[in-house]
Amino acid sequence: MTTLLRTRELGKRYRRRWALRDCTLDIPAGRIVGLVGPNGAGKSTLLNIAAGQLAPSAGSIEVLGGHPASGPAQLAKVGFVAQDTPAYAALTVADHLRLGARLNPRWDAAAARNRIERVGLDPAQRTGTLSGGQRAQLALTLGVAKRPELLILDEPVAAVDPLARREFLQGLMEAAAEYELSVLLSSHLVTDVERVCDYLVVLVDSHVRVAGDVDELLSSHHRLTGPRRDPGTLPAGQHVVSVSHTERQTTLLLRAESPIHDPAWTVSRVGLEDLVLAYLSPPTAAGRPALEVLR
Amino acid sequence: MIWLTWRQFRVQAAVVFGAIVALAVVLVVTGRELADSYAAGLAACTASGGCSAFLTNFLRDHDAQYYGLAAVTMALPGILGVFWGAPLVSRELETGTHRLVWSQSITRTRWLAVKLGLVGLASMLAAGLLSLAVSWWATPLDEAGASARPRLSPVVFAARDLAPIGYVAFAFVVGVAVGMLVRRALPAMAVTLAIFVALQIAVPLWVRPSLLPPVEATVAITPENLRGIGMSSPDGTARELTIAVEESGSWILDSDTVGADGAPVGALPAWFSECDPIMLTGPPTDPAVRNCFDRLAEEGYRQHITYHPGSRYWTFQWLEVALYGAATLAAAGFAFWWLRKRLC
Repeated sequence: MTTLLRTRELGKRYRRRWALRDCTLDIPAGRIVGLVGPNGAGKSTLLNIAAGQLAPSAGSIEVLGGHPASGPAQLAKVGFVAQDTPAYAALTVADHLRLGARLNPRWDAAAARNRIERVGLDPAQRTGTLSGGQRAQLALTLGVAKRPELLILDEPVAAVDPLARREFLQGLMEAAAEYELSVLLSSHLVTDVERVCDYLVVLVDSHVRVAGDVDELLSSHHRLTGPRRDPGTLPAGQHVVSVSHTERQTTLLLRAESPIHDPAWTVSRVGLEDLVLAYLSPPTAAGRPALEVLR
Repeated sequence: MIWLTWRQFRVQAAVVFGAIVALAVVLVVTGRELADSYAAGLAACTASGGCSAFLTNFLRDHDAQYYGLAAVTMALPGILGVFWGAPLVSRELETGTHRLVWSQSITRTRWLAVKLGLVGLASMLAAGLLSLAVSWWATPLDEAGASARPRLSPVVFAARDLAPIGYVAFAFVVGVAVGMLVRRALPAMAVTLAIFVALQIAVPLWVRPSLLPPVEATVAITPENLRGIGMSSPDGTARELTIAVEESGSWILDSDTVGADGAPVGALPAWFSECDPIMLTGPPTDPAVRNCFDRLAEEGYRQHITYHPGSRYWTFQWLEVALYGAATLAAAGFAFWWLRKRLC
């Protein structure tokens, strides 16, 4: 198994609006993938399609070599923690574990019990009275104890306070390491992704803006500061992601495969957050295609 | 999946089945007394020569229970459709829990099949139990009222034997399908109720009478078959006759007095106003009464009746179940199709 997720011109249309469009991705297996983008960018749509919850309206998708929702076997390979981590309010935590045990062939009951104990959930408590963070932990437990090869999480910590968020992500990392899980996680917070992910996909306006290994992205993006000038005069192989000018100075964020030798620029490294923010802002006026996939 | 369905459903099931079993126990106890008093009364009146007074009293004395139970039996399918059917999927869609259960290792088709099958069968069992108890309890009353309110007449028919099972299956599955369409529980419940009530009115009025070709007969008006004389115009001048057909328990669809030419008469002749007060109450041996019947016969007045004979009761019960069963299957087919193609 070499690819986690492989999509070709994948799209999803609701009536006349495209929630996701021309999405082409190749993500290798064994990665912790962060999917970032503003609200409404199509993150949930992509994840729901990958989890087999939604049917695409265009293009093709393969998850772990299979078609999502092609049957119980594929469903068993992919765990999904849906947005807002829904749970049956009238059922207890223990009921949810039993639900997982009854509905999943590879259920790991001991791991589920241990996790519930470790995060301090009372098995007899109804989930309607759990806090958002506790419910997220329950949902993560269900997802992990299912023993999938890939765990997909759709904004699992969006409504959770910072401390609980940290604990949640920590639990996710431990589980991913312990069970050699691939993880596909969406968030609108770059800090979450920075903490746990080694692969990044930026989705804006239902299109993929950039995708690649985090380390490669960081090493190939540079911030250039120098006297004010027109960025149109850059050498080939350098792609401007964003430009900002002050009266005398120009700051560029650009992607370049080779080192930058122009002595007029002061070159500095870019943090992940700045990199993502640069891609989230509208495409540069220079007319260069900002939409490119880094493989 | 069976476990989860049961876990979500057990409280509702306990409430409904508890109530039905309690009612059934009451009906068994009072039903035996009812049957005994009917048998005793019938024996007594047969010995003394005339049973019409006893039958009238017997029916009147139990009117409240009789119609009350008919109402409960007719309401149960609607109630189960609204409270079990409509929220079954729509509540999950509303609270988002469908995304929890659909991400387990089970296809959503199987998920719906188990929910639909299990809760649907439970609702049919509930309606079947209630119908069985009520039908058994009402046996003496149905027998006594064979001509006054035959089992084929709409109110009684819908609350007896197999029909409620067909109704509940339909109401339940329609509730589920509407819930999937509407995606919210409360509106789904309202729409389900509206559909069910509309059909319960439309089917006996327009569909059931024509499931089989009715029998037509033109009969002479005699002291034996004259059951009533009613006013049919606001000023009280025109008269309408109620005539019984030979077969007891028949469901009369249409009954018109026809003249010598066989065409329905708008109003009976003027001389009839003198007969009106005495024809029903006077003894048939009274010459004045005799004369009224003779004169109707001489002038060619007869009664044209369109009806379904009482012997068709079970045929109609099965037809009703088949009709609602087919509608149930269609609604279930739609639900599965919608689940796969649209609900995503």
